[in-house]
Amino acid sequence: MKKVLILACSVVFAAAAFGSDTTRVKSSSTGTVKRDEAPLTLPTGFKSVVIAADLGRARHLTIAANGDVFVKLAKLKDGKGIIHLHDKNGDGKADEVTGFGNYVGTGITIKNGYLYASSDEDIFRYKIDEKTGKVDEGSEQKIVTGLWNKNQHESKSIVLDNNGNIYTNIGAPSNCCQVQDRVKGSPGQDPCPILEKAGGIWQFKADKLNQSYPEGVRYATGLRNVVGLDWNTEVNNLYVMQHGRDQLFQFFPELFNQKEGAENPAEEMFRLTKGADCGWPYCYYDNDKHEKLVTPEYGGDRKKADRCADKTKSVAQFPGHLAPNGLLFYTGSQFPEKYKNGAFIAFHGSWNRAPEPQAGFFVVFMPFKDGMPSGKWEVFADGFSQLPKDVTSGRAKYRPCGLAQGPDGSLYVSDDNNGTIWKVSYSK
Amino acid sequence: MKKVMLAILVLVIASAFVSQQTKPQPGGLKAAMTRGKTVYETVCLACHQVDGLGVQNMNPPLAKTKWVLGDKKALIKIVLKGLQGGEIEIDGDKFHNPMPPQESTLSDQEIADVLTYIRNSFGNKASLVAVGEVKAMRAKLK
Repeated sequence: MKKVLILACSVVFAAAAFGSDTTRVKSSSTGTVKRDEAPLTLPTGFKSVVIAADLGRARHLTIAANGDVFVKLAKLKDGKGIIHLHDKNGDGKADEVTGFGNYVGTGITIKNGYLYASSDEDIFRYKIDEKTGKVDEGSEQKIVTGLWNKNQHESKSIVLDNNGNIYTNIGAPSNCCQVQDRVKGSPGQDPCPILEKAGGIWQFKADKLNQSYPEGVRYATGLRNVVGLDWNTEVNNLYVMQHGRDQLFQFFPELFNQKEGAENPAEEMFRLTKGADCGWPYCYYDNDKHEKLVTPEYGGDRKKADRCADKTKSVAQFPGHLAPNGLLFYTGSQFPEKYKNGAFIAFHGSWNRAPEPQAGFFVVFMPFKDGMPSGKWEVFADGFSQLPKDVTSGRAKYRPCGLAQGPDGSLYVSDDNNGTIWKVSYSK
Repeated sequence: MKKVMLAILVLVIASAFVSQQTKPQPGGLKAAMTRGKTVYETVCLACHQVDGLGVQNMNPPLAKTKWVLGDKKALIKIVLKGLQGGEIEIDGDKFHNPMPPQESTLSDQEIADVLTYIRNSFGNKASLVAVGEVKAMRAKLK
């Protein structure tokens, strides 16, 4: 009887395994790639391939010179916070999935022989051999520590310049610095005390250990929360994408109707130089008036510019609440000429447009010339949300988050809902 | 005959009294749901969404979770006093937006209505929240 049972069980298991084989490609390690998962909608000539799936909360990613992909996770997978993807057999998909680093976070980047990665409080680095993709885990150094993590806007994105500096955002743990956060009628604090330790970009040395606020430089202030940022090597400047404040319609229905609340304020792109003040929480960019105006919590009436007139102006504005989580200036030669030096932006997708339909959940492209936008933005990659049009649900299937450029000029996109990694390439 | 009438009258009054006891919401469930829906759409929907499913990692869902269907006292306290981001964890996922305290913006009746509404919407089914329960919790937290 026992034998029959074991036999029956084995048959069932084998059948189940066989069944799943028709939809999944088994990899040699923990990762599996669903064969036909989520083809993206792309311009003519571009195609996408899912190189890895089911990594979980895959935030930012970076590619080594040999093509190996490193993904930072906001939730540990099998106890690991950094995933290393290697394509051993050259079929374009990751078949060796390993991990290291036991902390969650968002930021990850490679520069000058080091892999940098962030938790929500610290920045670490590891020696990496970019020719083989091999990371020396034992070389871990903590270069920055003790940054504010108060649960809201807690993620730290990182990027380096060409002068040995590393930049990180420290998001404000607040919507707009009210006395009582997100309580209708609570006034804005003036001055906003949060700005001393957060709501800006901080600069540190890339090779000095255990730096914190005293060793850092507040490079730019007045930025509520930044997730997407990149160093533009063409003009040698830092560019960041700000997530604008929420709840204008809910808190100020006399100033913003439901539709205006969904469209405002703008999500803004800033080109930063040291000392920039982008205006949060006192100012917001009004997408209907095309101007930086005083925030209602600080006495704004959708007309007054007052103290906002001399704030750093954004170089591009986007519809409200789309949540720009990834920014990448394209320096490759694989894509057609118009993409050279232009910006790709991964929009995570909205929630604060409800009850209006949610929006975002796409990667856009904006052409640039000499470090300034030279044309309108257009949707480049779409099809992530898989929500029917005009549905107001906040639960998209895939949410684009990180962007990276491969050594061959391909564009990589991560999704932090399921942990899908797409490689987008072009051929004539 | 007079006696019978009196008995009926007593019975009617008594039953009205009893139903007042078991129906802690003015107008019963239907009226509370209608009032609660209005409160939900004005105050809660922006974060918890039309479908009550919230937003991944940002705003927690209200559907089929112990936070909503379980202990009413704990639920009332959350609405009155709010929560810090990260305090709610469902199936290993944390939600990072804070819940703003509503003690200064919503009345006891409005809180009872909206909690009754969320406990009986989005596929949920649970007992009503009475205004007295909110009043008691507000007094206790003072």
